[in-house]
Amino acid sequence: MAEPMLSVENLHVSFQTKDKEVRAVRGVNFSLNKGETLAIVGESGSGKSVTAKSIMRLLPKHNTKVKEGRIIYEGRDLLTASIRDIQKIRGSDISMVFQDPMTSLNPTMKIGKQIIEGLKTYQSISKQEGKTKAAEMLKLVGIPNAEERLDAYPHQFSGGMRQRVGIAMALACNPNLLIADEPTTALDVTIQAQILELMTDMQKKTGTAIILITHDLGVVANMADRIAVMYAGEIIEIGRAEEIFYKPQHPYTLGLLQSMPKPHTSRTVPLIPIPGTPPDLAKLERGCPFAPRCPHTMKVCHYFNPEMQHASGGHSVSCWLQDKRTPKENLPAGVGVV
Amino acid sequence: MKRYILQRIGFMLLTLFLIATLTFFLMHFLPGTPFNNPEKLTEKQIKVLNAKYGLDDPVALQYLRYLGHLVTGDFGMSFQYEGRTVNSMITTRIGPSALIGFQAMVFGTIIGLALGIISALKHNSIYDYGSVTLAVLGMSIPSFVFAALLQYFVGVKLGWLPPALWEGYQNTILPSFALSVTVIATVARFIRTEMLEVLGHDYVITARSKGVAEPKVIVKHVLRNALIPVVTMLGPLAVSIMTGTLVIEKIFSVPGLGEQFTLSILVKDYSVIMGITILYSALFILIVFIVDLLYGFLDPRINFKRGAEA
Repeated sequence: MAEPMLSVENLHVSFQTKDKEVRAVRGVNFSLNKGETLAIVGESGSGKSVTAKSIMRLLPKHNTKVKEGRIIYEGRDLLTASIRDIQKIRGSDISMVFQDPMTSLNPTMKIGKQIIEGLKTYQSISKQEGKTKAAEMLKLVGIPNAEERLDAYPHQFSGGMRQRVGIAMALACNPNLLIADEPTTALDVTIQAQILELMTDMQKKTGTAIILITHDLGVVANMADRIAVMYAGEIIEIGRAEEIFYKPQHPYTLGLLQSMPKPHTSRTVPLIPIPGTPPDLAKLERGCPFAPRCPHTMKVCHYFNPEMQHASGGHSVSCWLQDKRTPKENLPAGVGVV
Repeated sequence: MKRYILQRIGFMLLTLFLIATLTFFLMHFLPGTPFNNPEKLTEKQIKVLNAKYGLDDPVALQYLRYLGHLVTGDFGMSFQYEGRTVNSMITTRIGPSALIGFQAMVFGTIIGLALGIISALKHNSIYDYGSVTLAVLGMSIPSFVFAALLQYFVGVKLGWLPPALWEGYQNTILPSFALSVTVIATVARFIRTEMLEVLGHDYVITARSKGVAEPKVIVKHVLRNALIPVVTMLGPLAVSIMTGTLVIEKIFSVPGLGEQFTLSILVKDYSVIMGITILYSALFILIVFIVDLLYGFLDPRINFKRGAEA
């Protein structure tokens, strides 16, 4: 198999607050191939956005620190690259779509200019070429009257339209990787589907790889090739989408799936929530971070954090239930075996 | 847009009319008249003077007469200096005031912006604390205190610049600087707060994610948006400079409008008081108007046709 396009190795990121350190990302590993879609799923505060922003080096400098790890993109470590190199990579190799389209566009700059700005930074093009390209991008993401709309300001667009602009902006330079940080969370449900469809569509046309960050498993079902489930700053399970959906191995993944409404089940069957709340990342105790909420804990879970277990087909999980020393009769219903 | 401007000009004229009326009557309700000086003038002389300047007519009549002259742009004759028109007094004296006011505004805005921007970019550093401290001092200490300190240290002790009088360009520097302290402090604090806020906005991260170089991100995305609210501050600041000149000109013996204004109030030179009041008000109204237009120009979300739109 060829080298992956992007690989994140043992990434540790911390936020420094006045008197404590919040360990937002704690040893994240994953890789991504060309044209692939990886979904990173997790609750708020599980470290998914921080992981994504580390790739782009977009974390605020004054209070965040990458403590360990490497992010290798096409042979280069992005974490040690110079800011100049990073600026060259941003937009043209890797670009990003943000969560809230109402705030992620500059309110005082024309739409066209905001798209062209990204183009200009890596290739010298004339004003006219820029305009033509920007209009082309707007057309591509389904904005009517593209040429005229170049001169519009963000406040003249609806939320869904703005997110289309965001996608046009991100894809303007044909990046190899598009990181979409909860791109549909701030949108109406009907618009959500349109935006996801647009992203899949664009992927087909441009062949870009996508890292889709979301807290909604439903969003990723049709889109993701692989899914990584994050909990308390760690990836606790990663595998191909079918495996995660049909053979989840971690009780947390199972919990997420059970708490999700399904179209074919009766409305009278209640959803099963995961009890408790995620741990405080500033004062983590030893053991598995999910242990306090896990319905299947064993003694070992409270003392040692499980290692990632790699199985065939790239399906990996970090859970003591999947340790070969755990008797198979301990496995709860619904949890698959490695 | 055209309609909006015409409408605003209409309101501006109305405001001026109200200010003129109010000032006129307030002034005349004050005890005494310009010539009420029994120690030097006999009763007969006072009567003759009052008759000459029309002060023996009913106040309402005087008011109408004044307005009649005003609409033709004539501020009338001075009561204190025989044979001098208020218009000529204003034109000879507006130069120094305008010069130090303008210098103070430009200098204050530039220094203030520089201080505030450095502060925001180096947030929580020694630069930041230093310039915030300077700003607080500048805002809380009145400009006449700075004026006196500047006169003493720069003018007398060091002897770098003349401490007072009006003999050449070097005489303008100290008064301008004393006046600009408030502007520096206000602008610095304002732009710092605004920049820190804008720096936290998502669109700044978006700009970085597009690969825009940091200096460009700061100028085109952060500064561009942070400046909008700062522009609104320029109106009130210009006013504070205008009122500041009243005191500063006196301290530095600058032969400007402010000095004349204080003098005229002391001797109740009605027409000069009226003239300068109306001039200052007109300037103020005009500045506010320009700032509003500028605001709409800077912020595309503001629509003059239908009022503000979020």
